[in-house]
Amino acid sequence: MYEFEFKPFNKMTRADYETVGFKSGLEIHQQLLTEKKLFCRCPAGKYSTEYDAEILRHMRPTLSELGEYDGTALMEFKTRKNITYRIKRETVCTYEMDDTPPFLINDEALDAALSIGLLYDCNLVDELHIIRKQYLDGSIPTGFQRTAIFALNGKVPYKGREINVMQMSIEEDSCREVSDKGHDRIYLTDRLGMPLIETVTAPEMFEPIEVAEVASICSRLVRSSGRVRRGIGAARQDVNVSVTGGTRIEIKGVPRIGLIPLLTYNEARRQWNLLRLRAELHRRKITSETFSSRIVDITRYLSRFAYLPLKEAAEKGQKASCVILKGYAGLLHWETQTGTYFAREISDRIRVIACLTDLPNIVHSDSKGENLSAPDWSFLNKTLEATSDDTLVLVWGDENDVKTACSEIIIRAKEATIGIPSETRQALEDGTNGFERILPGAERMYPDTDLPPIRVTLDRKKRLEQNLPEKFWETEKKLSDAGVPADLIREMSNPAKSALFFEFFPNRISDAKLISKILANYPKRLKKKFRSGIQPETEIYKIILENLADGKIIPSTVFTILANYSINGELILTGPLDNSAIEDKIREKADEFREIIFRNPEKKTEVISGKILAGLNFRVAFSRVIQSVEGFKGI
Amino acid sequence: MAENDIYKGYKGVALSVLKNFGARVWNDVIIHTANGKFIGLILPRSETADDLHIVLKIPVGYNIGIAAESIIGIDINGYKEAKYKIPEKEFPYDPLKPRVKLLGTGGTIASRLDYRTGAVIPAFSPGELYGSVPELADYCNLETEKLYGVFSENMGPEQWKGTAEAIGREIEKGVQGIVIGHGTDVMHHTAAILSFMVQNSPVPIVMVGSQRSSDRPSSDAALNLIHAIKTASESDIAEVMVCMFGPTSDEYGLLHRGTRVRKMHSSYRSTFRTIGDIPIAKVNRENITPLRTDYKKRRADNNVIINTSFEEKVSIVYYYPNMKPDIIDSLIDNGYRGIVIAGTGLGHVNKPLYPALRRAREKNIAVYMTVQTLWGFVQMYVYDTGRDIMEMGVVPAANMLPEVAYVKLCWALGQTDDLKEVEKIMMTPIAGEITEREPSNGYLIYQGGLPEVEEFISKYRK
Repeated sequence: MYEFEFKPFNKMTRADYETVGFKSGLEIHQQLLTEKKLFCRCPAGKYSTEYDAEILRHMRPTLSELGEYDGTALMEFKTRKNITYRIKRETVCTYEMDDTPPFLINDEALDAALSIGLLYDCNLVDELHIIRKQYLDGSIPTGFQRTAIFALNGKVPYKGREINVMQMSIEEDSCREVSDKGHDRIYLTDRLGMPLIETVTAPEMFEPIEVAEVASICSRLVRSSGRVRRGIGAARQDVNVSVTGGTRIEIKGVPRIGLIPLLTYNEARRQWNLLRLRAELHRRKITSETFSSRIVDITRYLSRFAYLPLKEAAEKGQKASCVILKGYAGLLHWETQTGTYFAREISDRIRVIACLTDLPNIVHSDSKGENLSAPDWSFLNKTLEATSDDTLVLVWGDENDVKTACSEIIIRAKEATIGIPSETRQALEDGTNGFERILPGAERMYPDTDLPPIRVTLDRKKRLEQNLPEKFWETEKKLSDAGVPADLIREMSNPAKSALFFEFFPNRISDAKLISKILANYPKRLKKKFRSGIQPETEIYKIILENLADGKIIPSTVFTILANYSINGELILTGPLDNSAIEDKIREKADEFREIIFRNPEKKTEVISGKILAGLNFRVAFSRVIQSVEGFKGI
Repeated sequence: MAENDIYKGYKGVALSVLKNFGARVWNDVIIHTANGKFIGLILPRSETADDLHIVLKIPVGYNIGIAAESIIGIDINGYKEAKYKIPEKEFPYDPLKPRVKLLGTGGTIASRLDYRTGAVIPAFSPGELYGSVPELADYCNLETEKLYGVFSENMGPEQWKGTAEAIGREIEKGVQGIVIGHGTDVMHHTAAILSFMVQNSPVPIVMVGSQRSSDRPSSDAALNLIHAIKTASESDIAEVMVCMFGPTSDEYGLLHRGTRVRKMHSSYRSTFRTIGDIPIAKVNRENITPLRTDYKKRRADNNVIINTSFEEKVSIVYYYPNMKPDIIDSLIDNGYRGIVIAGTGLGHVNKPLYPALRRAREKNIAVYMTVQTLWGFVQMYVYDTGRDIMEMGVVPAANMLPEVAYVKLCWALGQTDDLKEVEKIMMTPIAGEITEREPSNGYLIYQGGLPEVEEFISKYRK
């Protein structure tokens, strides 16, 4: 069933994605715009890489509420990391340091979250329960993130159908990682504790472009609330991807929506190719039952290799081991993502779990690159009694790390006979992804005993509903029905602009095109023409529309008035001119016009009228200029 | 099964809704409401929470509260009770390692979740401890005994006596070190009274707890326990000590003398400090580094003196300006036999209290003066006020910490009614509770903001 082979990204069709059963959902993280953090009173949104002090911590797995250890938690424990937190007085108090219990939840943040929940047409929960979601990577000093579901079962419209929003939670943001080398990981704590919402959609996107489009819709929707942060890192997407027969894989930390199509493509491709790899293993009669491997300590042979990393390991007195994967010959070079091979899955695991962060951290006998010489491989094959059907994987480093690495090599290789391991993966700039951690389960959730449940009263819901902005797609429909040109609708759906539009349309100004041109098009033109000029505020546009509605100015003068404001900061509302002013101008320019030789004499009147109009700063209607020019004798 | 177990924590509206639909705690359900349906597991509810909501654990692991009133139906699909159990492993035996006894009294050094209150409750078993902190086996052969399972604040005379007697028994049995798991709130009270009740111990007696409960990945419990077990196993300090974090970082613990230690912050990990002196030693996973040499040394014998005398009618009075004599009078009228005053400055109270103090002397009540500044000696000769107060029979208690003076007075009055005898016991240092001199590095509270302090903080992790 896995005959289909992935084509390059730009050659894939919707039918191809249907063939592999591509399915994707989003988890959108969006910081809320609040003055303070979520569970303490530190200022939110102040970033700095400077710090006043450092704290060292370690993390240990604990039991979940239902009495089980979480797989991820145990994996993180294997990694034995020294975690250093950098602390700056201005942005961090003893709460973030995990030396003070939480304060009650920030109501400003909760109101913002609930409002956005309503925008998604969610059911708000009646009572919030704060939960501790364990993260043993150290990204939160407590070892868990305080989080609570506040809304369920919402939806957003997309191309004539609805994408379901399964749940929304409000949570504290985590630390920013500075570095992660060997057993030492360093974090900055400024972002820690900032209020964040996570919105989870159902896996209802069926090709990569859809995922990006839905992400854009969600992003616009939350921004329209006016209660979210903008800028780098304020919104981060996680994307879940699966293919038929595959597993739900979470790609974390997608930095921008534009990267989503390529990332989801590559993940689908990775899963598909891993399923093909499994088929190949089964063809070779290798299953989880028949899987066979051996670990051999090869430290004593280290000095005979010319390959530099091994040579250095020998000089440092490190240990080295070789894992022999029976019957795997060639399979570590099995392509998974674009230009990425199965060996990378193993190398990633070792980097994260065994803390062997200096790359390369393995070499293997399937590699086509330059590492060990052919005689070296033959020597190893012979000495370790391996055959040409086997793959040898070499790993080196500190004794304990090498031990962990060997067992991880075996675990990952064996997993290939079963399918696709449930993992959280990391988005990379080139559109591929790398292993981050084993996918955590519901076992890592634990009720927060430090805080009581929070009731969401009907009064609160009502108050928030009343102050809700209109959904942008509803605004867009209204604008479109009013006759706003399609290319201006997106710009006009800005809440301030659409509100201004409907203040004047249709009763005071019936020309929808005119209003939207002034509100959506002119600001862009002004910005382009007078880059360093003043950009008029909404209030200025309002005054102009007022004057327009009252007939005190005419449409053709509006841009000139705005341009003048942009240059001088003066709003000179000049009214229409009478016929004598037109005639004066014609007289003034008459000599000039007589000199002109027209290529198209039939356009003469129009061209002259245009010049007169500009000379009059557009303060008359064009039709009147034409009339006057036509009536003028002697041009 | 008792109704309590079936409907754990539910009452009022929520309880009747559960009953109406035949649902109970731990049922796997679909709850139908006016706002749609919810799938999940019905969890117990905290008894202090309202009676309007039913708590559901939804499949992604989150909990939500559903308004009971909105429920129009509950489909029951099964039953799944949570079994919270730390994987138990038998503690390995190594004939070359010392025998250490861990006595449990409660606290969060080991704990689990209580659905009734929604809070953590203490749990204690050797196998559980080994299951969660296997490093302990690197130091000793561990035996454990759960004496009590109470929160720190519920420790009292009964537990103190029982603990002292248990220590006596273990020493006679020949254990080479004792660790006492204890809640942190009154750990220094217990450390002080055990310093008096258990004398001449041949082995280390190490009290330990945690400031972050052990149900949290960042808990200090495991490392504190490792430090305490190492101290009990290997150190040559045969005293009652408190072993808790030195800095807030996971770096080292401090061994504080039981009579000079105090909890100084409501929530910091490094909350325990030696007051008016320096700690006995520093401990990490590898080393115990003494900071002084004048401690009692470990011996090979099994001799120990246990004296669990205790008079319960003793009180501490924390003096404040405008205190009225009725505070003292009410203690007298209620039959109190001893009063420890935490006075201002060098040990002062206001004049209106004088008649009450005179009355206390007439009633043969032992009254001792300590200082609420915590650091420094009582010195009642400097001002007339002090002399007046001494005149009324109030005894200055040198640099004994108020809580230490309190437990010592309980202990002294438990032994004799003769106030002269009591004073002799009180003023004779037994376990460092009174020091002859205050070293110049015994009082160090950094003042943040000063450039030199900030430099220090930036150089050394806190």
